[in-house]
Amino acid sequence: MELKGRIIYKGKIQGQALVTSMPISFYGGVDPNTGIVLEKGHELQGQSIKDKILVFPQGKGSTVGSYTLYRMKKNGTAPSALINKETETIIAVGAIISEIPCIDKLDITKFKTGDKVTIENDTAIIT
Amino acid sequence: MELTKQEQAMLDGKEGYAVRKSMEILVALGEIFGAKNLIDVGSVQVAGVSYHNLGDAGLEFLNSLAEDGRVKVLTTLNPAGMDLENWQQLGIEPEFAEKQNLVIDAFQRMGILVSCTCTPYLIGNLPIYGEHLAWSESSAVTFANSVLGAKTNREGGPSALAAAFVGKTPCYGLHLEENRMADIHVKVNAELGKLSDWGALGYAIGKKAENKIPYITNIKNAQLDELKSFCASSVTYGAKPLFYIKGITPGAELQKQPDQIVTIEQADLKNAYDNINDDVSDIDFVCVGCPHCSIKEIQEIAELLMGKKVKEGTELWVATSRTVKQLSDKRGYTVTIEAAGGKFACDTCMAVAPLKGRFKALATTSAKGCFYSRQNLMKTKMGSMKECINAAVSGKWN
Repeated sequence: MELKGRIIYKGKIQGQALVTSMPISFYGGVDPNTGIVLEKGHELQGQSIKDKILVFPQGKGSTVGSYTLYRMKKNGTAPSALINKETETIIAVGAIISEIPCIDKLDITKFKTGDKVTIENDTAIIT
Repeated sequence: MELTKQEQAMLDGKEGYAVRKSMEILVALGEIFGAKNLIDVGSVQVAGVSYHNLGDAGLEFLNSLAEDGRVKVLTTLNPAGMDLENWQQLGIEPEFAEKQNLVIDAFQRMGILVSCTCTPYLIGNLPIYGEHLAWSESSAVTFANSVLGAKTNREGGPSALAAAFVGKTPCYGLHLEENRMADIHVKVNAELGKLSDWGALGYAIGKKAENKIPYITNIKNAQLDELKSFCASSVTYGAKPLFYIKGITPGAELQKQPDQIVTIEQADLKNAYDNINDDVSDIDFVCVGCPHCSIKEIQEIAELLMGKKVKEGTELWVATSRTVKQLSDKRGYTVTIEAAGGKFACDTCMAVAPLKGRFKALATTSAKGCFYSRQNLMKTKMGSMKECINAAVSGKWN
């Protein structure tokens, strides 16, 4: 299946999807040293987002979250790409400064955890 | 978004890494918020200065920008996590101070005026009516939009920095006239006496006009310090960073009175105090200057402290900008305040300093200060300058 979105940060990458229907707060909600989601009650609590194609509706919480993504990229614990329903400021700025491919404005309910996903510019291909 | 040739060249990296990254941020935000183009900004005010909030990740990013990034317009900073000179006396750990200084060094290399204050308009970063800006700090943004009639969105730290390196910001939100129309009429029937009443008013209006632009009527007069306090409070408690006060702020005369109306009665102010004030009588921390004290407020503090001593076991902090502190030095207020045992906290404030667990109960003039101090696990009391200084001297809230 091919889905077309909007480019927030351009890139070409292939990986395994990790999907949640809940927004993510990177500052405080994710451990930048391990990539594990810490937020209590979050669908992904205890799971690692490292090297995953992370599919989630949008970011939330502190704007410091942009810097957390940057730190994760430096630590080697960042997701390999981000797919959003609608990217907001925190994630957009985080993706750009960390150079993590990011697209939004596509139907994220089409993705299932474990799907093999290829991102190429504004298109996500599920195989 | 449409870019000029020069903007496209910046996006393509012709001016180096910092400008390219900045353009990527501005273009992405412009696309997200539906901007058609970029507009020139007159000045920038950057938040995200406290190492407490930035951490090592933020510091690393700032260092990477500082390599080739130089600001194109007048740029000042929000408060840092400590007084940059007097940090030891305020109980800041040396490890924290070292990191905080590295943050400031990075900003210094970018060509930013490293004056750290939430009241840039009191120290020479003073916009004019109608000027476009990229400011971050919420009370300063509200003051610029409402009291000065300038135009700015509430920028995050990175987007403000990006605007400084490019000299432009995407044109959306409060930069556009059609988004600056008042959409709720707030009639104030309550009497406003002491300074903290303006904080209480901001709380009441913030809650009743959540995410709206209030058109406020029935206020007879207002002073700078009162508006400064109101700006901090209304936006902290939920309103948009823009309001109009009929007969007082610029542009109010151009507004059509909105049909939706709410009133603020004496009971609403009392309710604000009841919500902000905890049940506590022993005070171990008194902090005034949120937003940073003006010279007039410092004069009042000095007069109230003349011949008195701050109670042992209670700390009094006067938070202000370094520039205003220099005026205070010249007038002799500093000597009076320090002789009484009060401490100056320049360049910083109670919202961004690492204070969690240090104090149990705060007395302050500021509704915003109470909001952030609760996150630092303090009980809070809000009152007039006189009540706060009395608390510092007696260690009690009466």
